[in-house]
Amino acid sequence: MSETELKHISEDYQWGFADEVEPEVKLKGLTPEVVRAISEIKGEPDWLLEFRLKALETYFEKPWPRWGPDLAELERQMDDFYYYVKPPARENARSWDEVPEEIRRTYEKLGIPEAEQKVLAGVGAQYDSEMVYHSIKEELEKQGVIFKSIEDGVREHEDLFREYFAKVVPPTDNKFAALNSALFSGGSFVYVPPGVEVEVPLQAYFRVNTEGFGQFERTLIIVDEGAKVHYIEGCTAPIYTTEALHTGVIEIIVRKGAESRYTTIQNWPINMYNLVTQRALVEEGGYHMWLDGNLGSKVTMKYPSSVLRGPGARSEILSIAFAGDGQHLDTGAKLIFAAPETSGSIVSKSISKGEGRSSYRGLVKVLSRADRARVNVECDALLVNENSKTDTYPYMEIANETASVGHEATVSRLADDQIFYLTTRGIPEDEAAALIVRGFIEPVAKELPLEFAVELNRLIELEMEGSVG
Amino acid sequence: MTKMLEIRDLWINVDGRPILKGVNLTIPRGEVHALMGPNGAGKSTLGKVIAGDPSYQVVKGEVLLDGENILGLEPDERARKGLFLAFQYPVEVPGVTIANFLRLALQARFGREVPLTEFYAKLQRAVEVLEWDEAYLTRYLNEGFSGGEKKRNEILQLMVLEPAYAILDETDSGLDIDALKIVAGGVNAMRGPDFGALVITHYQRLLGYIVPDVVHVMMDGRIVKTGGRELALELEERGYDWLGEEVGAQEAT
Repeated sequence: MSETELKHISEDYQWGFADEVEPEVKLKGLTPEVVRAISEIKGEPDWLLEFRLKALETYFEKPWPRWGPDLAELERQMDDFYYYVKPPARENARSWDEVPEEIRRTYEKLGIPEAEQKVLAGVGAQYDSEMVYHSIKEELEKQGVIFKSIEDGVREHEDLFREYFAKVVPPTDNKFAALNSALFSGGSFVYVPPGVEVEVPLQAYFRVNTEGFGQFERTLIIVDEGAKVHYIEGCTAPIYTTEALHTGVIEIIVRKGAESRYTTIQNWPINMYNLVTQRALVEEGGYHMWLDGNLGSKVTMKYPSSVLRGPGARSEILSIAFAGDGQHLDTGAKLIFAAPETSGSIVSKSISKGEGRSSYRGLVKVLSRADRARVNVECDALLVNENSKTDTYPYMEIANETASVGHEATVSRLADDQIFYLTTRGIPEDEAAALIVRGFIEPVAKELPLEFAVELNRLIELEMEGSVG
Repeated sequence: MTKMLEIRDLWINVDGRPILKGVNLTIPRGEVHALMGPNGAGKSTLGKVIAGDPSYQVVKGEVLLDGENILGLEPDERARKGLFLAFQYPVEVPGVTIANFLRLALQARFGREVPLTEFYAKLQRAVEVLEWDEAYLTRYLNEGFSGGEKKRNEILQLMVLEPAYAILDETDSGLDIDALKIVAGGVNAMRGPDFGALVITHYQRLLGYIVPDVVHVMMDGRIVKTGGRELALELEERGYDWLGEEVGAQEAT
């Protein structure tokens, strides 16, 4: 990509600025020494260091995926990334005043402290490899809710942490889960005690600042029996000419009768490889929703999964993917039905603009013991321009005859007659296109908290400027 | 100068084939004109061209809105100058509620924030005149609407956006008599010294409820006859063939 092209793109991407911040530590290369150094900086117990080193071996043993988006360029660059960058800030400040000014200003521009005041129950802010801010409302803390950085989770709640950590997504799950397991830094540890309902969302914000950097946050959420929580994740980064990597792992345990939601609004710049594993284990009568909004990135591979392990467990996976020029978003969902009377649905909405490509890749698996499981899959693709691309890979493995399975897929084009109709009412062409796209994702977007829905609408308007006509 | 919508010697091609062949038509504000004619005469084409449908190619001519030629303008610019086309086949836009869409359109039309109270006052008035259920306002634009509901929705938009000139393209098609009366009531509510309309229709039926000041007949891409409302009745009785012969005879001489 040329500098001019990049400049043009960065004008559209509002969060493409970088701070002039000199990191305290920068570790380059993918070696056991780097892994040891990360573990040492964090003062981790031996078992965790062993876990990391073994995961690194697993990473090297596992082949690169040969399906989905082209990762050849990433593969060539794996030795050149910084795998740990420690910002010059104390960890987990509980007040924004304790966050260095330059860094704090960035979060202010992103509107995080303001949102915290107005609509959130707690905020964790990650800057490169570390959480520089982590705070939860006092009354929740008093009820026993834990919302900490993953490091503090290990330090302060080691037994609880160890009981659940890497049980939902083991390092052997896939190559990038292994990579994250070896290098993870930052992310949140959340525990909601039985019966406690966290009514307003908790949010984690992931900001990348350093060029040529890989971010590997790790989040573990345990929602105990009858408890309730909504966790929101947001991400942005500066635009650089070189590639960047973001490989998170999110594990969620939804215990009996508990309810949880995990919402992602990612808005990466177009130099980002975003390869994320997120999975929830839902026990008897529990419910989990993944709401996954993917904008930006060069390549995204992300398939939020729910394993419905207990009878009557339910899950909904709602996703939006917006692939612009030069972007390939390979996203989807996995639902595993492992108990009777479980039910779930997948609604996927993808938009491809310019030469963008979006792929839906989904797996529905009904095990033989999942009597009367019910599942419905709907995936809809919208193509904005002539050369926009989409593909659908729906896999179904149904091993129980009493299961009811529905699947529907549509592909539509942004229609000239719709644009003409709306413009004859005085709405300019770009806005008409944005309105059609917003309507297209409405069934998913309406599940977002208002502030995030507004933000998503704004992002779509920006994306649709000059996209038609 | 009287404010009017004026079409001067308009020639339109579709795929190189002439569809409109020198149309002349003047609709002053304060008047409702009917445009009648057989299928394929070019009536709907005229409506879409005036609104700015990009799939038509203008060969020659002018469309003047209050004296300004609008043929070089985009459809949204024309709408903001006060033009409105009620579609023969309104388009479905899933996920966009009527209320949301209309507020955006209204703000675009007048180039300013329209307070919710003002907006809802307009909506409520229109909904009442059209004897509609307010619940429709939260439904997605035309999605799953019957033909009659779509037409009612067009007139709802007309009433809220309050254009200076409206073209109604076969708004009567697919309506039963009760719906027709209601829709006509909506258009009649718009009538006044600042509003001009061109009502495109096949049948005289609608004109019993929206009584036109002037009736034009279009055949083969031209206006072949203009008269008072009695012309519509004559057409109802005798069909269009005699007119064709009359025009043919004129051209031969």
